[in-house]
Amino acid sequence: MKMKELLMGNEAAALGALAAGVQVAAGYPGTPSTEVLETLAKRSPGGLHAEWSVNEKAAMEAAAGASYAGARTLVTMKQVGLNVASDPLMCVNYVGIKGGMVVYVADDPGPISSQTEQDTRRFAAYAKIPVFDCTSPEEAFEMMPEAYAYSEKYKTPVIFRSTTRICHSCAVVDVPQLAVPGSAEGFVKDSRRWVIFPRLSYENKKKLVARERELADDFSSYGRNEIIGNGPFGIACGGVSYAYAKEAILGKEELFTVFKVCTPYPFPDDMARSFLSRVEKAAVFEELDPVIEDSLISLNGREEHRIEIAGKRTDSVPCAGELSAEAAGRALSEIFGTGTVIEAPSYEDRPPVPVRPPVLCAGCPHRASFLAVKKAAAGLKANFCGDIGCYTLGNAAPLDMVDTCLCMGAGVTVAQGFCRAEPDTVNFSFIGDSTFFASGITGVVNAVYNKADIILIVLDNSTTAMTGHQPHPGTGITLMGDVTEAVSIEAVLKGIGVGFVKTVDPLDLKKAVSTVQEAINQTGVRAIIFKSPCIAIVKHDRPLAINTDKCIGCRKCIRELGCPAMSMEGKHAVIDATLCTGCGLCSQVCPAGCIGKEEA
Amino acid sequence: MMKSCLLCGVGGQGTVLASRILAMAAIEKGYFARTAETIGMAQRGGCVTSHVRIGESVPSPLIPPGRADAVLAFEPGEGVRNLSYLKDGGIVIASDRIVPSVTSSLAGADYSAGTMLGYLRANVRDCFILSAGEVERICGSVRFMNMALAGALAESGVMDLTLPDLESAIRKKVRQQFVEKNLEALQYGAAMIKESRRA
Repeated sequence: MKMKELLMGNEAAALGALAAGVQVAAGYPGTPSTEVLETLAKRSPGGLHAEWSVNEKAAMEAAAGASYAGARTLVTMKQVGLNVASDPLMCVNYVGIKGGMVVYVADDPGPISSQTEQDTRRFAAYAKIPVFDCTSPEEAFEMMPEAYAYSEKYKTPVIFRSTTRICHSCAVVDVPQLAVPGSAEGFVKDSRRWVIFPRLSYENKKKLVARERELADDFSSYGRNEIIGNGPFGIACGGVSYAYAKEAILGKEELFTVFKVCTPYPFPDDMARSFLSRVEKAAVFEELDPVIEDSLISLNGREEHRIEIAGKRTDSVPCAGELSAEAAGRALSEIFGTGTVIEAPSYEDRPPVPVRPPVLCAGCPHRASFLAVKKAAAGLKANFCGDIGCYTLGNAAPLDMVDTCLCMGAGVTVAQGFCRAEPDTVNFSFIGDSTFFASGITGVVNAVYNKADIILIVLDNSTTAMTGHQPHPGTGITLMGDVTEAVSIEAVLKGIGVGFVKTVDPLDLKKAVSTVQEAINQTGVRAIIFKSPCIAIVKHDRPLAINTDKCIGCRKCIRELGCPAMSMEGKHAVIDATLCTGCGLCSQVCPAGCIGKEEA
Repeated sequence: MMKSCLLCGVGGQGTVLASRILAMAAIEKGYFARTAETIGMAQRGGCVTSHVRIGESVPSPLIPPGRADAVLAFEPGEGVRNLSYLKDGGIVIASDRIVPSVTSSLAGADYSAGTMLGYLRANVRDCFILSAGEVERICGSVRFMNMALAGALAESGVMDLTLPDLESAIRKKVRQQFVEKNLEALQYGAAMIKESRRA
């Protein structure tokens, strides 16, 4: 019995994994990958262990262990998470697995919610791990069980790559009844197989290279790699770019031959050669790196009859950002002189619309934490090293409290570099609670061990907020909703040997400022935990209102806070009661004492 | 047949729920549906868009510029920003209430609903404005504007979805305690279209 459901690509992939009988799943939240693991936990019929691991490396290793023992496993992360997990990834490929192991990695063309535009297909080729790349949410559902079958056939982990417009777009999927998977076979000890040693790696490297060729042949007959149409103009594409290409040739299909590539590595050489021989000229549409394009160029170079290949290497397609049907249409008309040119109507006379970058929510406790540090450090030569999470938004005016942001955990360690190179500065490290557990702790150990001079500010809002409020080791709740031991950040810091550790509510501005001042007056590693829950996970206080008789129109609240609930209406500040959470920060900065609770 | 509707607004206004309701209603009618939504960092008070496309088959999730049959503007300025998605002869349904931007407030820039709505009216023949104040009065919160816009869209007939189609999707998707308020908002939106058409 099948049910038609509207599913996000991430949900479809998760249901595909459940249909394949996944038994162990682990991951770390990261846009646009997060919903996969959440859906697994929600929709599992039983027989599944799913966890938010402390970070991607832990997730990958736990999954590898379960795969060694014969379980079908899934690991989920965003593309930069794969960097964290690359240590085990680059070895488990040599060792191999027993139970099918799928590593789901979500790339972020744009980028929309990431630091980089890295391409996981390249990572897969570097790791010599086959990569599956679906073109739609419904294909994600169907492809997932196939990825498990290939993984077990070749005893290798496989990567399942998707991108934002697959992950976060919905489509109609026929979902079958899900069955509870059986239990795993169990681990069979064999130190010559499971212990990676130089001699074993040498032998296995030869097998990896041989497997690459074998898979390339196998993938040439894999049903999802397809050559569609018989037209003289070629289009090679993969991922969501296939959808854009289809839209761009709508009504002119007979002019084109489309090569849909769902396994960019190992590249299906035979099928690609057939494609090249059938067209006069080829355009390549893909987001991020020219992966399909490079493979085609390489094959083309070895052919007697060569054709022209246009793509990112020829500047025919933009090298950065997302692709679109209109960009594909434009490229087709330039390359082939045909295609659907989609003209955007122009509204040149439109009135200026406001700039609207993302901001910290009204009532966000991070705003109070940043303000406290800003006030305490006013007049000092100070650096503010930020990290990855909602609090990266503390960089925006008027707070302007993030000087650096690099990668998960780097706020803690970049500050240590500053204190060496610029000893006359006060250096602050900001890190969120989830990020602290993911990759902040080792940085603090480094600071204590090497006698760094930093002030660590842990922004503890009791959740992984940016990715949609996942639990983490400090919350006392697991992905499956079980109660567990909550790891105390304060106890961890004290255990590492940080002498100055204070926990303060940042919404008590006076106390927060004086605690930061106290830390500034000391040396060595000092830590302040600003603890106040994310406003999205707690019930709000009554909203505040402005007594317009008393408001002197000084705009101090606007200038200092940047709270989206506050704006000016004529000469007075106003508070939007639907957004205000009653955090009370504005009433603590107002010099006229005109902000108070609305009458009940 | 393929119909496309762009929903645009500011993070937190409920564009995602509205787009899901439209898509679910389309599936009930036997259509295929695709949506694409803004999720993640941009949701924090930034500009957001949801693309909804329904029909016998839908090639890609994103609506190209000039191809939307309807634009639902949850915020007047966002409607102006995204007007280039609207096809010639398409319909715009907009909320009359602006959401101030922190950047504009800091700069002391003047930003008013009047200018934005005036521009929409002047450039779109089928332009309907819904009152945020009325939604607040009827449903108790402006948060239900998403369903008012959806109701107006259904009444317009542009997407080949009817009020009962949306109603049934709301009953399936929305938490029980909010169903009635959502339906009231739906009715208000529909009534406004009827009224404007009569006038």
